[in-house]
Amino acid sequence: MSVKKRKKDFTFLENMYIPEIVKGMALTLKMMFRPKVTMQYPEVRFEPPSSYRGRPVLGQEENGEERCVACGLCSRVCPSLAIEVQAAETTREKERFPEKFEINMLRCIFCGFCEEVCPEEAIIMSKDYELVFDNRADAIYGKEKLLVPVKKLEDRIQFIRKYK
Amino acid sequence: MPKIVIDDKELDFNQGQTIIQIAEENGIDIPHFCWHECLSVSGNCRMCLVEVEKIPKLVIACSTIAADGMVVHTQSEKTVKARSAVMEFLLINHPLDCPICDEAGECKLQQYAYSHSVGESRFTEEKNHKKKRVPLGPYVMFDAERCISCSRCIRFCDEIAGEKQLTFVQRGDKVTIVTAPGKQLDNPYSLNVTDICPVGALTNRDFRFKSRVWDMSSTKSICSGCSRGCNIEVWVRNNEILRLTPRHNAEVNSYWMCDNGRLNTFKHVNAENRVDGPYLKREGNLIKTGWDEAIAFAVSELKSFGKDEIAFIGSAFATCEDNYIFAKFAKSAWSAKNIDFLRHVKPGESDKLLVMEDKSPNALGAQLAGIQPGKGGLNFEGIIHAIKEGKIKALYLLEDDLAAIKPEYESALKKLELLIVHSSNFNKTTDIADLILPASTYAEKHGTFVNFDGRVQRIRSAVTTEDFDRSLDGFEQSRLDKFGSPFDKWSSPKKMDARSSWRIIAAMYSALGHKIKHTMSQEVFDEISETIPEFQGLNYSVIGDTGAKIKLKSAETKSIKV
Repeated sequence: MSVKKRKKDFTFLENMYIPEIVKGMALTLKMMFRPKVTMQYPEVRFEPPSSYRGRPVLGQEENGEERCVACGLCSRVCPSLAIEVQAAETTREKERFPEKFEINMLRCIFCGFCEEVCPEEAIIMSKDYELVFDNRADAIYGKEKLLVPVKKLEDRIQFIRKYK
Repeated sequence: MPKIVIDDKELDFNQGQTIIQIAEENGIDIPHFCWHECLSVSGNCRMCLVEVEKIPKLVIACSTIAADGMVVHTQSEKTVKARSAVMEFLLINHPLDCPICDEAGECKLQQYAYSHSVGESRFTEEKNHKKKRVPLGPYVMFDAERCISCSRCIRFCDEIAGEKQLTFVQRGDKVTIVTAPGKQLDNPYSLNVTDICPVGALTNRDFRFKSRVWDMSSTKSICSGCSRGCNIEVWVRNNEILRLTPRHNAEVNSYWMCDNGRLNTFKHVNAENRVDGPYLKREGNLIKTGWDEAIAFAVSELKSFGKDEIAFIGSAFATCEDNYIFAKFAKSAWSAKNIDFLRHVKPGESDKLLVMEDKSPNALGAQLAGIQPGKGGLNFEGIIHAIKEGKIKALYLLEDDLAAIKPEYESALKKLELLIVHSSNFNKTTDIADLILPASTYAEKHGTFVNFDGRVQRIRSAVTTEDFDRSLDGFEQSRLDKFGSPFDKWSSPKKMDARSSWRIIAAMYSALGHKIKHTMSQEVFDEISETIPEFQGLNYSVIGDTGAKIKLKSAETKSIKV
């Protein structure tokens, strides 16, 4: 077997390794005096910025009605088929409402397409990143888990209005 | 023959044809809203403007009679610009309702907005507001804002349904559609206006908001409401039928179907009272049992009667395949002569357009497939009479609710020692039966119906039963069906434990030691075409989507029409 010659062979100093170790130690030492970024989770919790895409939720108006009109566009645009919507008729001014709205959180990839396509600003990416379930059935979030008062989502709504 | 040039293509035409008719015949698409092949020309949408050489202004293709030597341009700069201007006008007062509109996905205005419009509006003023929810009749909802005043629905009622029930009132941007005060849009064909409406102004109240169009699969099938055999499409989501729509077939139903067929022929498929698995009657109680036990029971019980004590009643609701195997089973396994079926004829309940007096979809097919009395055998009335007299003690009944028709039949059936019934739903007859075998409905099996006119047409499975898998067995699939996993709710819907009648009978046949080689209804039909002269030369691919007509002896047609 022929030995391939490298593009650049190590110099004598590099072969010694000691200067490189010193360089590395210097960096470590420098970092010790920088401010710490590690968070002591769960005692300390991360408060994401408004650009953060946590689990999608449905906005609920103050009178308890959902904003969603069950148009199904989120369901159509969802690349991972996580959303299932069943519309029904109401006598309210908005003719439709979601009789069933389910997001399979095992399928969701947090892409935010649903939020982008929503004509009613009803589905919003929240800041919630703590998703725990121990079986498949629990991972399907229904309306009771998805509905969140619009007030709590105000800064994300401002963010999407700015960048949509 | 006169010639016309459309988009550099020289085409022959018949004197009197309009430009749009010639274009349609030759596969050239001229966008249009108000023109419809089967309706009169009204020429009010202005969408079909085309440029004709030597005519200074653009003309509408729908009402311009073609002349020899005419040169038409449908894609010239002038026409494209005019079309986009028409679209801009139509969209001024059309609300941006697409996300909540049932028509979205099959809307002409939406499609043309993509292909013939510039994609934005210069109109910044407030749009015109009208009533959003006007029930025009028992089945049709009207959204006045969405209407583009094409008048198709008005012309349909006047010309096809034959009842002048709709009209325009007001003018300009206030124009709207109304029925006469105190009157409703309630003709038997009213729902066809929702199909021909090019926008979502007229919607089906029964289907309203049930599903988005793109979430459903559609399967070509035949309506089972009467012996007309209208071509339909069956729309399914989550293994549930949500609506039926007519499918064009110039030989049978044109573009139309009746409201009764559209609304009342599919609800039993998803109904609560479906027979889910075989049921045996033991000491007066119905007990759910397995297929093998049910079939063994049927065979052993039938064996205890003499051949003249058993009668076989086929069904005009079952397919030709079901009836053929049933007749074969009765004749060869039991040497039975008492074979017949009942035609559900309701005298006087027909009209000039589609609805027939014979309310069963396959009366002619059942007869041709061999459901008729053998030599010296009894016909239907004879069988009922013999049951009453106690001469016939056992009855094998295929997919027919006899007890609900007449109390006379009900009391006769109660006298029987053995009643075996194939049924899709629990009904009055199954209440009396000793053995209920769950039969697939017309939406759950492949097969053929023969309509009153002798046209063989195919029905196809749209809903899966326990024996079938949507993705493996060639069913139509929606987007969700294609990508579902076993853990998704939509890919594990409720499935019925039901089988096509011919499969059940074939299992009985083999329990008697005969060999049945058929595994698909297609193979049964191939045997029918080999053995029954009327069906000669036919197979499923020859029948295709629009059916094939068989030659009938005059005697047969007569007996059907009576």
